Amino acid sequence: MAGPEIKAPEMRAYPLIPRLAPGAMAATKSYVANEKVQEEIGFPGKLVDDWHDKAIGKMGELLGKYRSLKVFMDSCVHCGACSDKCHYFLGTGDPKNMPVARQDLMRSVYRRHFTLAGKLVPKLVGARELTRDVLDEWYSYFNQCSECRRCSVFCPYGIDTAEVTMAAREILDCVGYGQKYSNEIIGKVHKIGNNLGLPGPALANTLEGLEEDVLEDTGVAVRYPLDVKGAEVLLVTPSADFFAEPHIESLIGYGKVFHAAGISWTLSTKASEAGNFGMFIGNYEQLRKIAMRVREAALELGVKRIVVGECGHAWRVAYSFWNTLTGIGEGAAGGKPDPFAIQLQSQLDHRYRQPMHICELTWDLIGAGAISFDKEANDHRIITFHDSCNVARGSRMGDTAGGQFEIPRNIIRAVANHYVEMAPGTTHEQTFCCGGGGGLLTDDLLDLRIKGALPRMEALNLVAGGQGVNFMATICAICKAQFSKILPYYGFKMGMVGGVHQLVSTSIKLGDK
Amino acid sequence: MATIAVDGKDYETDEEGYLTDLSQWNEEVGKFLAQQENVDLTDQHWEVINFLREYYNEFQIAPAVRVLTKAIGKKLGAEKGNSQYLYELFPYGPAKQACKIAGLPKPTGCV
Repeated sequence: MAGPEIKAPEMRAYPLIPRLAPGAMAATKSYVANEKVQEEIGFPGKLVDDWHDKAIGKMGELLGKYRSLKVFMDSCVHCGACSDKCHYFLGTGDPKNMPVARQDLMRSVYRRHFTLAGKLVPKLVGARELTRDVLDEWYSYFNQCSECRRCSVFCPYGIDTAEVTMAAREILDCVGYGQKYSNEIIGKVHKIGNNLGLPGPALANTLEGLEEDVLEDTGVAVRYPLDVKGAEVLLVTPSADFFAEPHIESLIGYGKVFHAAGISWTLSTKASEAGNFGMFIGNYEQLRKIAMRVREAALELGVKRIVVGECGHAWRVAYSFWNTLTGIGEGAAGGKPDPFAIQLQSQLDHRYRQPMHICELTWDLIGAGAISFDKEANDHRIITFHDSCNVARGSRMGDTAGGQFEIPRNIIRAVANHYVEMAPGTTHEQTFCCGGGGGLLTDDLLDLRIKGALPRMEALNLVAGGQGVNFMATICAICKAQFSKILPYYGFKMGMVGGVHQLVSTSIKLGDK
Repeated sequence: MATIAVDGKDYETDEEGYLTDLSQWNEEVGKFLAQQENVDLTDQHWEVINFLREYYNEFQIAPAVRVLTKAIGKKLGAEKGNSQYLYELFPYGPAKQACKIAGLPKPTGCV
């Protein structure tokens, strides 16, 4: 925290490809998980003696299990389309942060061990042995990828760099070389129920405090219920929503929406976390185990609907993976008979999308005229919207293509009068990562996070200067925490970032509707 | 793991300088940690630190920023019950920096 002062790169009016700075980020190394953290979630405590063979063995296993990974290893032609698309490359200039170069850290080892040419004439085909130096390089640079998948949008072969990063992290974890930030958090989810480590009584206390605050502010007794059996909706939201600013403002907003629409809802102590860092480390077992808590909570509470709060990667996991992971969503009853998935399917109300994003819920209510707004209450804000990568490129909302872009924007326009779009090429499917996603939102990577935010800050700067934008809305807890931290380094106010439901909260009418 | 030495006694900290054993904390350790963070402790800082420790003892977690601001507002006056005031006291952020000085574990996750 009190280390050397970190300066943000200068924002430019016309972003160009940076001058190459080889090795600039080579020394950047996120803290390695200690023995306790590793062993708590079933990984070796420290680097195992036969790490080389274990790593190659694991790579072989993953190549067999995930056909996609093998295709990604084989199909890159080094065209370079991805090279200037990564925010970390744009912010640091380190050529190994070009997606193609990052992938080649693994691809070169793949060639050496899994292709004929690489086995026979390694030097001719750029094949490398997995030495300790190479392993360290993997650790360093695969923990400088936020798995945002912007590069994949530009890849003519559709190579998903995030999947390569996930595979690399999985291999590293299996040889005892895990990252502290992500793995410590996963341990807390299993032990306490959420990423933050917020125990049930503290959660209850926080929610009671919120009820008092909202009553004081609005004169209306909005409830923030916990573990209520028989509620219609189970809301699963990132635990940061209970703790941090500005996150908690959106939580207040969700509660007001449910109140105004007269929908009974509950939070759950057991599933007091929507986030799923199992995805970030590419570990299927953890991904599933973490997701399973939501199903258990839904069954215990007997809810009819499952709604996910403002969390980017949680929505990707929920929308894209929950159906096969845990049986929440359409089609889950197929495949192997799973009595609990079948029970859940019969319990859920299929007139609604399952799972549903809180933005879908709010937008449907707006469309039905069930909630209304005093838009002028947001008049002090000129708002823009930052698309979060996992929502933009890993999921969808609503019934039409691009719903994940339009629905949050539609909500903003419905609850506020001033909305401005950032430059094309920096939003929608081409959105830039906030710079802190994918398990990199940690203090020890602050330098990387500040530099990686450069492309978004440049886009924000243009609308802040030109159109007076003073509020950037987003629907991801990581984006909110990351921007709160790094905005001041670029000369912006910390409070400039907030949630879509923070805006909803400001202007929603809480009458006796 | 690392250690810090205060008044001739060693205390274990994690990689990021957070005390690993909460019960070992005392005011001298707090002062030492604050010094490392370039924070000059005043009575106002101690109000926050003491509240954090009390809350932690009851709930095994640091209070939400909102809970903290409300409590400080009640104690020190409404004009101080906001996060801006807390950031003035603890520039790296009340949640993390103040926790560190108070000997509490780091709040993790998307915060």
